[in-house]
Amino acid sequence: MDLINIVATLIKIILLFAISLTAVAFCTWLERRGAAWIQGRRGPCRVGPFGLLQPVADGIKFFFKESFVPEKSNKFFYLAAPILTLTIPFLAMVSIPFAENLYILNHEIPMRIARFDSGILLVIAFTGLEVYPVMIGGWASNNKFSVLGSLRAASQMIAYEISMGLALLSMILVYGTFDMNEMVRFQEKWMWGCFINPIAALIFWFSIFAETNRLPCDIPEGESEIVAGYHLEYGAMKFALFFMSEYVAMIMASALIATLFFGGYSLLPGFSLVEKGIVALFSIRSEIVNHNLFIIFQLLSIFLKIAFFMFVFIWVRWTLPRFRFDQLMDLGWKILFPLALANVLLMGIVSYFFIYR
Amino acid sequence: MKKTIKETIKETIKESKNSVDYKNITDFYNPNILINIGPSHPATHGTLRLMCQLNGEVIEDTKFEIGYLHRGKEKLGEVKTYHQWFVYTDRLNYCSALINNIAYAMTVENLLEISITARCMWIRMICMELSRIIDHIICVAINALDMGALTIFWHLYRWREEAYTMIEGMCGMRLTTTYARIGGMFYDVPEDLHDNLKKFCERFPKALDEMETLLTTNRIWIDRTKGVGRLSKEDAIKYSTSGPVLRASGVDFDLRRDRPYYAYADIDFDVVVANNGDVYDRYLVRTEEMRQSIRILKQCSKHLQSANGPLWVDDRRVFIPDKIDVYTKMEVMIHHFKIFMEGIDVPPGENYTAVEGPNGEVGFYIVSRGGPKAWRLRIKAPSFLHFQMMENTIKGVKIPDAISILGSLNIIAGELDR
Repeated sequence: MDLINIVATLIKIILLFAISLTAVAFCTWLERRGAAWIQGRRGPCRVGPFGLLQPVADGIKFFFKESFVPEKSNKFFYLAAPILTLTIPFLAMVSIPFAENLYILNHEIPMRIARFDSGILLVIAFTGLEVYPVMIGGWASNNKFSVLGSLRAASQMIAYEISMGLALLSMILVYGTFDMNEMVRFQEKWMWGCFINPIAALIFWFSIFAETNRLPCDIPEGESEIVAGYHLEYGAMKFALFFMSEYVAMIMASALIATLFFGGYSLLPGFSLVEKGIVALFSIRSEIVNHNLFIIFQLLSIFLKIAFFMFVFIWVRWTLPRFRFDQLMDLGWKILFPLALANVLLMGIVSYFFIYR
Repeated sequence: MKKTIKETIKETIKESKNSVDYKNITDFYNPNILINIGPSHPATHGTLRLMCQLNGEVIEDTKFEIGYLHRGKEKLGEVKTYHQWFVYTDRLNYCSALINNIAYAMTVENLLEISITARCMWIRMICMELSRIIDHIICVAINALDMGALTIFWHLYRWREEAYTMIEGMCGMRLTTTYARIGGMFYDVPEDLHDNLKKFCERFPKALDEMETLLTTNRIWIDRTKGVGRLSKEDAIKYSTSGPVLRASGVDFDLRRDRPYYAYADIDFDVVVANNGDVYDRYLVRTEEMRQSIRILKQCSKHLQSANGPLWVDDRRVFIPDKIDVYTKMEVMIHHFKIFMEGIDVPPGENYTAVEGPNGEVGFYIVSRGGPKAWRLRIKAPSFLHFQMMENTIKGVKIPDAISILGSLNIIAGELDR
């Protein structure tokens, strides 16, 4: 690894953090405006144009609030939970590719922070860790409602981890690779993963809701039942970290679902020809520059897809009521889990006889 | 001999094991944890306290505590004159203040043996049906809100605001109306009421349709509400429930039809009855009752437009003269002074009058021994009777179900504690 690669990696880390955190701020705005739009209200509209600066105002408010720690909490874990909760979704985002490799000064720079041969497994590993800050936070704050919330979160996230993992496994069977770049190329050549394997797409999509604690499955928070669940005792910036982590996890999940099932950074199957045509309009001779310009299209298309799935998250949240705890468990263990297992078998047969024949 | 710390702790635990407090000390580490839902919990929507002993998510034992909003209204009825007590009726079931106003005015009128004018009666009926809609909106929307469907809350609350704007046009206030007076209403209705009512009657059912597309056939909503908090027909009668809760359990009883007051006997409307008595049926009954109220409103509006007689009953004992006459005519001023400084002289006797409130039977029982104040005043509040049956209903259900049952009963703390 030479200097350019190290510098590029550092720049990528900074960019990923900066873009995701800005996107988080924008997403909270989008959530509130979207909710207001669905509910026939106006939403934030006072701070800045269209209330766009509202997240900034909120952030300032969060910073200046008193940082309160409950007396009988376990202080170390109480403070560790919000830090962990934001770190983990960021770590999961490390190996998601946002475009093809970039070429700068004869160096090939992958458009993701870490390049692993088995990138998808790393993502799954880190999403599996997401349950820990919730459990730690709920337990350490020494509140019965919080403990209930963290217990709910633990069982829910573990239940849905399995069906999510199995849905993913069936997609790995189809693509025949762990490399997410390869998966996107496969979809570019053939068709989107959601058409090859719609059951897995549905299971994965629903499991994402349970994993990120969004509304039909927001029972760990359940503000009318167990008040605010695991982050009941958190205030000021510590609460904001929990809040932000939800959005980072949503962005990560959107990127993941876009990559696995909806063509990732290639806008539509076969659309790259059009993109290449547009790039050719600039009539630049250098193939490398053309390739790098092409990457901008890819970045745009994955951002578009992430934005769409974020909107779906918001849309669903403000439409449906909440599940009951045991109903969600029933759905996870009794329906999605067997379905996902059967689907793995089915996809094994399909990929053996039709795809890799 | 000095004890070591370890020994002291051991002794304390030994002692406390025998004491009553031991259970409380170890609650947190006990599988049967004790949890307080309320008095300030987001789902109680008022100050109630449900002490629940949990096993995991299941509520094994409950104990309820009421009285956080007790203001001694019945006692106040004995020290305030009949007119002064009107303001207190607003604060009983503050979601439908008008029905309380009118029911109280009816009771006093029955004591005085006054029959109000036709115009006043139609205005009162419009008021009652409007406030029934408002109260049902609150119950259905809050019930949905407690189960996470916030959008329904906002969509319906818009229509609640419209209704409140109409009420504001009638009496100048939105929540605490104090509109009725003994023998009449404080103001006549504004001219634009009929237009507004017509608009409301046209558009509000559409909002209800919208809500029903979001909830009635929603799988999650059905799973959450069907079979939850089931109250059998016998139990519903045994616990003396009334109103939508009783009708959802399959008892076909509505005071408006079975013991008609005012012109409900001449009005065309259906009594909504369901079978199962669960949260889902209560929701359906309330939704359909809102549609029936719209039907009644349409008819009442038509009748009111043709009833152009006087608003006030022609009885010098209760008649409140116009302000302009009070300022310009001597006799009228004296009359006004006497009515408000001394109060009206109600003949000795007792009366119980009940109307069909949105939650159930709202009744006032007044014992008078003459003079301007009641000797004893008693309020029959449906929330109080509904709340007593809840203690048994939520045993053995999960916390989310307890919340949805609480929402479906529409317990209003102001009415519960009085």
